[in-house]
Amino acid sequence: MNKPKVRVATCSLAGCFGCHMSFLDMDEAIIPLIEKIEFDRSPLTDIKSIGTCDIGLIEGGLCNEENKEVLHQFRQHCTLLVAVGACAINGGVPAMRNHFTVDECLEESYLNGLGVIDAQIPSDAELPKLLSKVIPLQSEVRIDYILPGCPPPPQAFLELINAIIEKREPVLDYHNRRFD
Amino acid sequence: MTDELNFLLDGVEIPFHKGQTIMQAATAAGAYIPHLCFHPDLAPHGSCRLCIVDVNGKTVSSCTQPAEDRQEVHSNIPELQQARLRLIQLLFAEGNHFCPSCEVSGNCQLQALAYDLGMTHYHYAPFSAVRAQDGSHPELFIDRDRCILCDLCGRASCSSDNKNVYGLSGRGEQTHLIFRSNSGNLADTAASVNDHAAHICPVGCILPKQGNYMQTIGNRLYDNAPIHKVGNHRMDDSTSANKGHTNE
Repeated sequence: MNKPKVRVATCSLAGCFGCHMSFLDMDEAIIPLIEKIEFDRSPLTDIKSIGTCDIGLIEGGLCNEENKEVLHQFRQHCTLLVAVGACAINGGVPAMRNHFTVDECLEESYLNGLGVIDAQIPSDAELPKLLSKVIPLQSEVRIDYILPGCPPPPQAFLELINAIIEKREPVLDYHNRRFD
Repeated sequence: MTDELNFLLDGVEIPFHKGQTIMQAATAAGAYIPHLCFHPDLAPHGSCRLCIVDVNGKTVSSCTQPAEDRQEVHSNIPELQQARLRLIQLLFAEGNHFCPSCEVSGNCQLQALAYDLGMTHYHYAPFSAVRAQDGSHPELFIDRDRCILCDLCGRASCSSDNKNVYGLSGRGEQTHLIFRSNSGNLADTAASVNDHAAHICPVGCILPKQGNYMQTIGNRLYDNAPIHKVGNHRMDDSTSANKGHTNE
């Protein structure tokens, strides 16, 4: 009887999807991996809600209320939650807005920015409310594993997932431990 | 009988002469003790505490502790490496160290020490401190977000450049880099891009406005070898003093 596959969910919060691209960049190594894992909610599957999962890979930090809601859903449904990449770990480049107030950021983007036409700050009720600061994942929920990098190298994803499957601690060697 | 003085650093005999600190002697002998605020040409500052070593069961900073004959010094032990990791994590949490957007990434000693000590995350909640930048100088840009208050620039400015441009002011978490001019701006000081002080910053706080991003990823100082092998350098630092303590 085949072993049940490890169920993996992924999402991108305040990130650029670069971490997902790096995950896919493991090239042919994904073929033996896909024998062992299957995807639940993920931009790769386009499933919008999350089921019960073994691993949740979260790219990006928290910049709005929806990010927080998704993060809590992941925490609730995933046995192990992984902060993937610089933005998830410390807010990354989006957190550089923390020097300014939300109003200043909105005014710069939508009223005073270069090339802005028909200047107005969006106010649709469906738009999630921005947080006053961009914050890392561990400021909101417990995180079990960390993959540093912008993005983490493909080999780092591979090592982490294989380590979890093999029930051992992951080892990130010098080349896979990077912050840029 | 020999008059040579020496001590044991992790079991290796390190010669020294009277008046040298443990760090000075170790550096001269090519042995690496992790550090950020130490430079062999400048007076010790003792502020980063990364160079802590165990001497007779007591933890001391090796850059300020005088070497003593036949002393047994331990540096590369798990307890001290763990303490150093926490110190590095505190520095990352206190500043705004966004490596992906930093021009010194790959050549940064703080980042290199974090790699070497196995850091994957901050451990502490980030301060998200709001700090003023200074772009007033035509040749240099100051990003105080990344300053780790090592005062290497201040010491180099005084003793290497004879200028006294850079300094530290304030207390506790308010401590910050200042420039000695009436306006407080770097542009109104005698600072030059050719100063030793302008090239001694171990992180990305003092940046020449030109000549950055000269190396591609994979070819930077700490891309392929850890700092305990390469030593504390900046890729653009051409001073002979800083090239003198490579630990290869």
